[in-house]
Amino acid sequence: MTAPGGLDAHLVVDRGGFRLDARLTAARGEVVALLGPNGAGKSTALRALAGLESLTGGHVRLDGADVTTTPTERRPIGMVFQDYLLFAHLSAVDNVAFGPRCAGVPRARARAAALELLERVGLADRAHLRPRALSGGQAQRVALARALAVRPRLLLLDEPLAALDAHTRVEVRSGLRHHLAEVEAATVLVTHDPLDAMVLADRVTVIEEGRVVQEGPPAEVARRPRTGYVARLVGLNLYRGTAEGTSVAVEGGGPEGRVAVAGEHRGPVFVAFPPRAVALYRERPDGSPRNVWPLTVAGVERFGDQVRVRLDGAPAVNADITPAALADLGLEPGTRVWAGVKAAEVRCYPA
Amino acid sequence: MAGTPRAPRPAPARPRAGRGLRVGAGRFPWPLVVPAVIGLAFLVLPFAGLLLRAPWSTLGTRLLLPEVRGALLLSLTTATAATGAALVLGVPLAWLLARTAFPGRRLVRALVTVPLVIPPVVGGVALLLVLGRNGVVGRHLYEWWGLSLPFTPAAVVVAQVFVAMPFLVISVEGALRGADRRYEEAAATLGANRWTVFRRVTLPMVAPGVVAGAVLAWARALGEFGATITFAGNFPGRTQTMPLAVYLAMQESPESAVVLSLVLLAVSLAVLAALRDRWVATP
Repeated sequence: MTAPGGLDAHLVVDRGGFRLDARLTAARGEVVALLGPNGAGKSTALRALAGLESLTGGHVRLDGADVTTTPTERRPIGMVFQDYLLFAHLSAVDNVAFGPRCAGVPRARARAAALELLERVGLADRAHLRPRALSGGQAQRVALARALAVRPRLLLLDEPLAALDAHTRVEVRSGLRHHLAEVEAATVLVTHDPLDAMVLADRVTVIEEGRVVQEGPPAEVARRPRTGYVARLVGLNLYRGTAEGTSVAVEGGGPEGRVAVAGEHRGPVFVAFPPRAVALYRERPDGSPRNVWPLTVAGVERFGDQVRVRLDGAPAVNADITPAALADLGLEPGTRVWAGVKAAEVRCYPA
Repeated sequence: MAGTPRAPRPAPARPRAGRGLRVGAGRFPWPLVVPAVIGLAFLVLPFAGLLLRAPWSTLGTRLLLPEVRGALLLSLTTATAATGAALVLGVPLAWLLARTAFPGRRLVRALVTVPLVIPPVVGGVALLLVLGRNGVVGRHLYEWWGLSLPFTPAAVVVAQVFVAMPFLVISVEGALRGADRRYEEAAATLGANRWTVFRRVTLPMVAPGVVAGAVLAWARALGEFGATITFAGNFPGRTQTMPLAVYLAMQESPESAVVLSLVLLAVSLAVLAALRDRWVATP
């Protein structure tokens, strides 16, 4: 019993060739983001928490009460679905009042409370519209209000921003952050977008292939990724290796695949550095204390106002350079180049 | 009407007025269109014949005959009552088939469709054997409550429910299977039990399917003949529905049969027209 208040779950779901086995906790008022690639088991985990999916093993405890086998409708939860699933035949206010009505709240009181909630999410003037007449962002807020109307002790959000276009997303994300901050319930949010996780969550749990691979505050996860997936998400070059003093032998690195780092380390470590810390040269730069490797250009892509150069070699590296530098170097797939990184730019932490 | 190009034509030098640069439809699909037109004529011509042979001059007086009014009233009330009964029993049955898993579900589903395929007369005989005064169930009904079902207006309704309910069940079950179940899950997360989910989420979602099924069932009940005449008999004013009256009139005065048929046709078309948006328009 690590968390007497809030959520304490161990979710085991066996399904054909897929197995989810994840421990998940969320204190009251805490927002935990479940981050992972498609098919990692995030949605299965969320559905298991909601009781829409049965567990093969483990438990779900909410504020100390075991709800592992409690049917969905009797769990003190609220859920926001990816495409919101607002009831098309009910107005916004009746959608929000649906939960309280099911709990036996008289019609007039349920609607009054629903109106109040809609007002809080800034939709008082849309209360009597059908979901079809709402924009994506508005529908998302109605869905949130509907989930909060049942005063859940566990709030679940499944990819709450995935159905929105990029423009609306920014706006709705900051609105959602504001509303989630006021929620007293433990909140679990599923997303494959690292930005959602960083902005909305107090803690990030990374799931890959049904297992938790990393957990921690968003900043910590972003700074010190522990898997290639997270590293790619936060845009870092990541390597596993063995440290001896200030030198790390990188796994998969050739004889020259040693990385010099700033601090002293010993044993298995992770080594990470951002692509923009990588400098590229046509000739081997001499007399510098940098880490340098000979590599081959595998691909070149636009990346914001930079150009991302994917480099094959031992180890493979991503480098961000300016379009001007790309033109100067005359890079194209197959070009052989030297990559250099300052030791001070390389982060090293225990594996 | 499109032309009948047999070989690829050279592209016209100028676009023809009105057609713009639309790409031609290619070879005309005669093997499909000819049978389709014949099929359509086969379905429509009998009604045209009915309209041509109608005794329009005496139509008004014939319609006011008490036998006609009685038969029409009986048909409308029994068909509506049968549809109501089919809804009350059939919608839950469709839900059971679409939403639950129980051993023998496939068998139950097959049994539900049996009245669709057996001749209605056979259904009438079966009903008589079960619900008749000496029937398996009917005997007890008579012994305990003095109820005798056959040859009463209630028997008409029973016969109609028997033949019409499968249409409703099939239609509603299809709608239930097509409905997005995640809405039901959403309702469950909001604390709705299964009955509330059905009442407030599922039913509104499948309403078009229920309406379509009810219309089909009503039309089937209105036209029911075989099971009715076997199980309920043919007593004017009591169990003689429109189809029975038409059949009887055909042997005495064919003109009356035409009038009665026209009435049935008009009623059916009126219902169809009233529901065209929900039923006919949807594929």
